[in-house]
Formats: sequence, C-alpha cells, structure tokens
Amino acid sequence: MRRWIISAAVVAALVGLVALAMTRPQRVDQAQVSGLTPDLGRGEEVFYAGGCASCHSAPGASGEEKLMLAGGRRFKTDFGTFVAPNISSDPDVGIGAWSAEGLANALVHGTGPNGQHYYPAFPYTSYANMTMEDIVSLHAFLNTLPAVVTESEAHDVGFPFNIRRSLGGWKLLFMEPGWVVDGELTDQQLRGRYLVEALGHCTECHTPRNKLGGLKRDLWLTGAPNPSGKGRIPGLTAAQLDWSETDIAEYLRSGFTPDYDSAGGEMVEVIENTSQLSDDDRLAIAAYLKVVPMRASEVGSE
Amino acid sequence: MMKKYSILAAGLVSVAVIGTAIAQETENPAIKARTSIMKLYSFNIATLGGMAKGETEYDAEAATRAANNIVAVLQIDQSEMWPAGSDNVSDPSTRALPDIWENFPDVGTKAQALADAAVAMQAAAGQDVDSLKAAMGPLGGACSACHKAYRAPEDK
Repeated sequence: MRRWIISAAVVAALVGLVALAMTRPQRVDQAQVSGLTPDLGRGEEVFYAGGCASCHSAPGASGEEKLMLAGGRRFKTDFGTFVAPNISSDPDVGIGAWSAEGLANALVHGTGPNGQHYYPAFPYTSYANMTMEDIVSLHAFLNTLPAVVTESEAHDVGFPFNIRRSLGGWKLLFMEPGWVVDGELTDQQLRGRYLVEALGHCTECHTPRNKLGGLKRDLWLTGAPNPSGKGRIPGLTAAQLDWSETDIAEYLRSGFTPDYDSAGGEMVEVIENTSQLSDDDRLAIAAYLKVVPMRASEVGSE
Repeated sequence: MMKKYSILAAGLVSVAVIGTAIAQETENPAIKARTSIMKLYSFNIATLGGMAKGETEYDAEAATRAANNIVAVLQIDQSEMWPAGSDNVSDPSTRALPDIWENFPDVGTKAQALADAAVAMQAAAGQDVDSLKAAMGPLGGACSACHKAYRAPEDK
C-alpha cells in the first residue's frame, strides 16, 4: 500500500513536471536575430501591415495621434476585458528598453520580458509566422515613434483565466505555427499569404473560434459571429467573397465597395492601415484570398 | 381551374413582394433627399473608381467632371435634411444613428474632411491616373470615417 502511494506520488510529480515544462513560456534563440540589419522603411511597412496602431493607440486617436502608442483601448471578451498596453518608445512604461529579441519573444511566442505568457488578445498566434528580418525592422521603426508616459492598465480577467501559466496549455492546444493555405502558390499568392495569415492577422476576426477561444483552423476565413453583438463578420474565402481582385485591392485602399458604398464598422480602422500599403501588397492580399478554400459542409455546423 | 389558382397565387406573391418593398421605403422626404445625395456621390465616385482600378480607361476630362460633380454636390446645404426624428430608432428605413443629433460639431468636422478630400480629388483627377489613385484613399477615408461613427451596420 505504502509503495503504491509512493509510486502514485512519483507519477503525479512527473506529470506535474512535464506539464510545467510543456507550459513554460518559449523564447527565440538569440542567434536568430543577432546579425540582422534593421531597415526602417520595411519596419514602417510592417507596422501598417501588422495593424499595431489599431489596438495600441489611445482610444479615439486619429491621424498623427495614431503614432502615439499609449495603449488604453479596451477589448471586452467572453474571458474578461483586455486593455491594450503602452508599446511606445518610452523606456519605463513603454517598450523602448526592449531589445529586438525581446520583441521577437512577444510576437512569435507570446512571451513577455519577465517570462510571462501574454493573452492571445494580442494576436501572436498570427505573428508567430513573421520573419525575423521584419521583426528586427519593426523594432527599429517603433523606436522612432514618440515616447508616451501613460501607464498601462491591468487586464480585468477573472478566475481561471487570470492564471497566466494556464495560457501555456492554451498555446499548446491552439497555437499552431505554420501556414494554413498550402500547396502550389505563386510568389504573389505567397506574399498575400504572409500579409493575411501573419502580419494582417485577418483570421483573428474572420475565422470562427471554439469555446476556449482557439481558432477553428478548418473553417479558415469563413466568417464568424461579430463579438460586438450585431451581425456577422463576413467570410473571405473564394467561394464567399465574389469581388474581383481589383475590387478587393480598391476596398483595401479606399474602403469603396464594388458598388461604391463605403466601408463601415471595424474595417474602417483596418483600411486606415491597408491604405498605407503598396498597390502590389494589396493585390497580393486579393490574390491570396482567391485561393482560400471553403469547406461548405462544415460552415453550417459552427 | 388550375390556371386560375396559379394566377391568383402569382398575384398574391406580387402583392407580398411589393408590400415588402414599400415597407422598406421611407415616407420621410428629408431622408429621401439625403439618400439621393449619397447616390450622387456614389455615381460619380464610380467613374473615378473604375479608372483607379483600371476597369475603364483613364480619361482626364471625364474624371474631372466626376470630381467637379462631387464638389458641387457638397455645396448643397443639408440643414433641412436631418430633422429630429429621422434617425434609425424613429424610422427603421434609415441607418442614420441618433448619435448624429448629439454630435453636430463632430459631424461638421467630418463633413469638412470630406470637402477637403473632394477638393484634393478635383485637383488630382485631371492630372494622371496615379494622382487620381492617390486621391481615392483620402476620399474613401472621409466617407468611412462618418459611416463608422454614425451609420448603423447593415442587417445581414
């Protein structure tokens, strides 16, 4: 009997250790970023393609104010309310003291400077596919933006979601690096895939989620309920979005739909970013969307 | 006999269809007037957008005419077209949010931004297709800024 208890305790301890090891926050290897030369122009493109300002500028900011990354926007979810932090170049309350490696840890692994897991309201599940060259360039560009001294606010998240370590388990289950749309793709479609699946993190809104907030990757970009309550976020698969590629590119530049109505809702902020991209990049996004398949049989079952 | 029923059924269907169409149409002449203005913007932006997308060949004169029209439509004084009680809570046929009536100064600022973008388009449209393309973003941005704040999402 005693022996059995000891064995059970040993097994439990081992399981615990394995669980701890498996939920440990991951970091990039320093060799991946050292030696890379930042390119400010590229960093600026990444900044707009990644949509950093849409969440990290102050609530209601517009125009030049969008370059002040003070944080403070609130995101109400089923798991609690998340508050975007200050990511301005201030070394104390912002991220001005971060190395490029530190930024890479955050973007690729969702790991903070003290080794804590970030909540996936920060779309690192998409940014995980960013190239190190882009991250190093973004890091340099962010450092050129103004320092803002607004303190970051704490998230308002209840039990059990306030246990950060559990996010390690969430990442194990739902953070699946790698591309969703695969196969023979042209260079343009590959560029579009990088812009949509990694930087643009389009799928964070346009793909439905399961009860734990993980993306249903088999329903990629097929549309999802709008978290704000009313209406649906539309599907973007080739079968659902019947706009031409030039229609899609024009929408991403000016917000005009094919019948010259204008965008409304959350897409307005997205278009503020995509309007800063090159024509080639907007057309690349369109070319990618045209090869996203829809599994019609599964769409109804969500 | 059968034929008679078919005709009757067809008649009923038409009545139903027309009935639905009428239910969505507003009775309020102010809403009709301002909706017409939106259609005038849209019609002229379509000319510019077709050229920006490369669907129609760039034509400096046609582009300038369209841009001039947009600026001309902006001269219309709309103050009588937004009476109290013409929001989407009072009249479901419009998507105009009640917030408009709470924020007239901001609506004015956004209208001025549209006027600025339209004047910029007027200068750009006749130059060349690249200038026209560059002016589309700010023009669309001005439309969207107001729609995001003050227009209800479409029911889908």
